[in-house]
Amino acid sequence: VRRRRFDAEAWWGYALIAPTGLGLLVFYLWPVLQTAYLSFTHAGPFGGEGEWTGLKNYREMLADPEVGQALVNTLLYTALGLIGIPLAIVFAALLSRAGLRGATVYRTLFFLPVVTTPVAVAMIWRWLYNGDFGIINYLLSLAGLHGPHWISDPHTVLYAMVVVGMWMSLGYNLVIFLAGIQGIPRQYYEAAELDGAGGFTRFRRITLPLLSPSIFFVTVVSVIGTLQMFDIVYVVMGGTGQSARTNPALPRGETIVYLFYDKAFQTNDKGYAAAIAMLLLVLIVALTTVQFRLQRRWVHYA
Amino acid sequence: MARLSRLLLAALGLGVLATSVAGCGNDSGSGDSGPATLSYAVWDKNQVPAMEQIAAAFTKTHPDIKVNVQLTPWETYWTKLKAAATGGAAPDVFWMNGPNFQLYATNGVIRPLDADIAADKTDLGVYPKALVDLYTVGGKHYGLPKDFDTVGLWYNKQLFDAAGVKYPDGAWTWDDFNAAAAKLTDKAKGQFAIAANLSSAQEYQYNTIFQAGGYVISPDGKTSGYADPNTIAGLKFWTDLVHNGQSPDLKTMTDTAPLNLFEAGKTAMYYGGSWDAGEFAANDYTKSKVDVAPLPKGKKQATVIHGLANVVSAKTAHPKQAWQFVQFLGSKDAAGILVKAGTIPAYNGTQGDWVQAHPEMHLQIFLDELAYAVPYPVSRNTPAWQDLETKYLTPAWDGQADVTKAANDLAKAMDDELAKE
Repeated sequence: VRRRRFDAEAWWGYALIAPTGLGLLVFYLWPVLQTAYLSFTHAGPFGGEGEWTGLKNYREMLADPEVGQALVNTLLYTALGLIGIPLAIVFAALLSRAGLRGATVYRTLFFLPVVTTPVAVAMIWRWLYNGDFGIINYLLSLAGLHGPHWISDPHTVLYAMVVVGMWMSLGYNLVIFLAGIQGIPRQYYEAAELDGAGGFTRFRRITLPLLSPSIFFVTVVSVIGTLQMFDIVYVVMGGTGQSARTNPALPRGETIVYLFYDKAFQTNDKGYAAAIAMLLLVLIVALTTVQFRLQRRWVHYA
Repeated sequence: MARLSRLLLAALGLGVLATSVAGCGNDSGSGDSGPATLSYAVWDKNQVPAMEQIAAAFTKTHPDIKVNVQLTPWETYWTKLKAAATGGAAPDVFWMNGPNFQLYATNGVIRPLDADIAADKTDLGVYPKALVDLYTVGGKHYGLPKDFDTVGLWYNKQLFDAAGVKYPDGAWTWDDFNAAAAKLTDKAKGQFAIAANLSSAQEYQYNTIFQAGGYVISPDGKTSGYADPNTIAGLKFWTDLVHNGQSPDLKTMTDTAPLNLFEAGKTAMYYGGSWDAGEFAANDYTKSKVDVAPLPKGKKQATVIHGLANVVSAKTAHPKQAWQFVQFLGSKDAAGILVKAGTIPAYNGTQGDWVQAHPEMHLQIFLDELAYAVPYPVSRNTPAWQDLETKYLTPAWDGQADVTKAANDLAKAMDDELAKE
């Protein structure tokens, strides 16, 4: 009897997740499989039946210096982007201090970039970064400094982009950490205070360990997010206009997804682009698996 | 029961989606003649009113055929068109340009029009020959020319006066240009002679390549011209300007487009297409300060000529009606409407009205240049090697690579690409 009951319940469960599940199946899983198939083929500029070319796309990809450089760029973006996490933790800790005036205002301000269209954000930054007429270099000139062409100089483009990415994701990370901090029982802090622990010690010994599940979540999501970085790079580099293609900093700024877009929709080499997408998939799965393995060492689930 | 209705709902949702996707294509009944609604894709927002006027005039004489003008901005036009063509849902009639034409024609995306041209005895002699040829491949005609453009030397009279330099005229040579460039450059004021734009070959390096006696691609479309010393001289014309500081560097031109620099009075000259006439006449800063002269002469006089054509999708459900519309688009009546939108119509004899539109500028030079205009260089897959041009020339413009070496490397890469065609 029990068994039958379970079956009925399971069926209900499946029925209820069906709308989402089917959507995932049709719009996510099926395209992934198709992309995997495409990556072994080569089709003409207007599609049609691609011919099976086996591992040719992959061999070409591994020998392509542009892919190598984009891969290095993407990993650098990801690594540097992680700096945003401790920053968000510090801000979250400061914002959750009892009796802080205007906390809501700060939270709104920090969250604003998250709800703003990335393209709009990127266009504004493109202006801020303008080497000759941008406000950043104007402010630097007041201090007697000569700022570079941030987004068209191969030496600065990567850092300029990381700053935009960090600025955009700060608010999102902040909200997760604020929620995490608010979930830590007050008593721990009170007990620590009675034992004579100062502010910093309380932060290090209580906040950080108990926040570690949130930190883990944010790290995983942020790594996946930066590995897929595209919109900011695309717009800041100059959009679809010719100016992006003649940007001398493009080789040092382009990401894997940017390259994928370029191959898939500009050069229209769908098979090769699919191979690049598979490379990214493998990279994301690998890095995420490593993170899940490592979490046992540092994440404390209360 | 509840589960069933949920499934039904989901299925319904998918069904709606599928039909709306299918609906992007041809939407009205099919057939050779009779009522039809044609989709007509264009990329220039400024020309949409003129296109709609032409469509309305066409519907007046062909009451059964309605035309739906669809605007896709230039930045996404080709991406979208390629995707639509791949899915077999390209618009019935659309704008085509030189670099993309052969790619679409040889892949069977657009329809050859020879049978229709022969049946209706359409006269192709009313268009400049260079344009008819641009849209002919394998002996077949695929489009009727819509408009054309040549390139001129736009200049800022105020900056010329301030530097005490005589305005350019038809007699200017490269030497005259370089002498003026030296005088028009003022580092202290942040003023440059010209921005050596790398992102518009049609307006910049192609012209100087032809003026130097070089070529971009051999007449048979099989080999690159970039290893030719004359071609390299045409490139050096620009890299020298950057090197001498008479042009802003590539980084500045990436951050601020050369057109914006010219319109802000930061550069005194601008190599620009005839299509800029409308732009400069409307801009508050340039409208009283800017005029235009023929391009300076190198070993010979040359300008690139390019023009758009109206083409018909190979998969249209209404080939007859689409042809009738294309024929009307190429007519003298349509040219009369088009000229008001600020473009030079391809139909011979109607171009004078375009010159009249802005008497304050010497627009006649764009028509005079037809005498020595060189067709825009194309092959089967032009975008493929244009991609290589930017890739190899960018370091040369940026001063990171020697222009001769870059051009030779480009020639090799381009030859490899052409061998695949």
